Amino acid sequence: MNGVHDMGGMDGFGKVEPEPNEPTFHAEWESRVLAMVRAMGAAGAFNIDTSRFYRETLPPHVYLSSSYYKKWFLGLEEMLVEKGYLTRDEVAAGHAMQPGKALKHGTFDLANVERVMVRGKFARPAPAPARFKIGDRVRAKNIHPATHTRLPHYVRGHVGVVELNHGCHVFPDSAAMELGENPQWLYTVVFDGRDLWGEDGDPTLKVSIDAFEPYLDPA
Amino acid sequence: MSHDYDHHHHDHDHSELSETELRVRALETILTEKGYVEPAALDAIIQAYETRIGPHNGARVVAKAWTDPAFKKALLEDGSKAIGTLGHVSRVGDHLVVVENTPQRHNMVVCTLCSCYPWEMLGLPPVWYKAAPYRSRAVKDPRGVLADFDVALPKDMEIRVWDSTAETRFLVLPMRPVGTEGWSEEQLAELVTRDSMIGTGFPKTPGAPS
Repeated sequence: MNGVHDMGGMDGFGKVEPEPNEPTFHAEWESRVLAMVRAMGAAGAFNIDTSRFYRETLPPHVYLSSSYYKKWFLGLEEMLVEKGYLTRDEVAAGHAMQPGKALKHGTFDLANVERVMVRGKFARPAPAPARFKIGDRVRAKNIHPATHTRLPHYVRGHVGVVELNHGCHVFPDSAAMELGENPQWLYTVVFDGRDLWGEDGDPTLKVSIDAFEPYLDPA
Repeated sequence: MSHDYDHHHHDHDHSELSETELRVRALETILTEKGYVEPAALDAIIQAYETRIGPHNGARVVAKAWTDPAFKKALLEDGSKAIGTLGHVSRVGDHLVVVENTPQRHNMVVCTLCSCYPWEMLGLPPVWYKAAPYRSRAVKDPRGVLADFDVALPKDMEIRVWDSTAETRFLVLPMRPVGTEGWSEEQLAELVTRDSMIGTGFPKTPGAPS
């Protein structure tokens, strides 16, 4: 979706402000939010792409004015309500008012902790041969899906070169909408900075994205 | 584990809880009462993120690459596989790509859409990495972003920005500082900063204040 989360190339957000000796969390609640998201995901309440989509669909003013873990919290709460794991009455009351819905992988307990400490595997067997090879010139499609996509707006319509082939991966555009994994070839495609940003762009700049095959046309 | 968790309670044991704190506590209560999660398991996740992952993991990989040419070659060919051979480093997943800085090219990593970051190598990302100024400008004006970090590159050096738009994760292999000939892996690892592995900084220089 063309949301405010798709920030590449936007102006006006000001300077980057690194924080010396930054703590892992700035408040205890941030750590509880992180743990709840990881736990409920591992328990099977949602997949990682769906959770990203819920954060992206926060209203733009909320997205831009909320801290990172606040966004995680708001996305988590809304997602769990919409998927029937809790009700708005329960959220308002701060207590459970009816039994829980069955989770695909059961209660998240101590025995499950190690599972969240290993990154998921997203490679899948290829359903078809790769359409592009390294060195091919490709054009990022000019598409504007209203749902989750990983094709950032700033490359759409531009021509780049395939630099790496990562194999077939779960397609987030499908997974986020719970339409199945729909594996697609994944490539690193590199663009010239001046193609993206015009003749005033930094002539020494090259930018790459990781692009799923359905985002690309031959050029 | 309980010690660490208690510690955080003390840090934030204010009499007035913010609205967000109250809402987060309420959600955890509901998830617990409904049998979805055990709070002790959440404690364990937090403790693991606070202690087991962090830039020390990435620093060991970089230091090894600086001292072991065969490892470096394997690392650049298949980061996940090469790191998998080092039993002591946290499990990195299948999709890590290591990109090498050279005198001709500087690499920098961003996630314009959200916050994708190699947690296993670098820990949880800093706030600036997840915030709008970095995400918006890194792909358009990386030299301006580097100036915010007091980093300047030679004018004709190529800058390659890697936007992490899929499950692939990128780790920058910075150039080994001069004046470190004969140093051990452990000594070298001390020079490797988190930002040098994101591409917004350089490793520390021997003898310079950190």
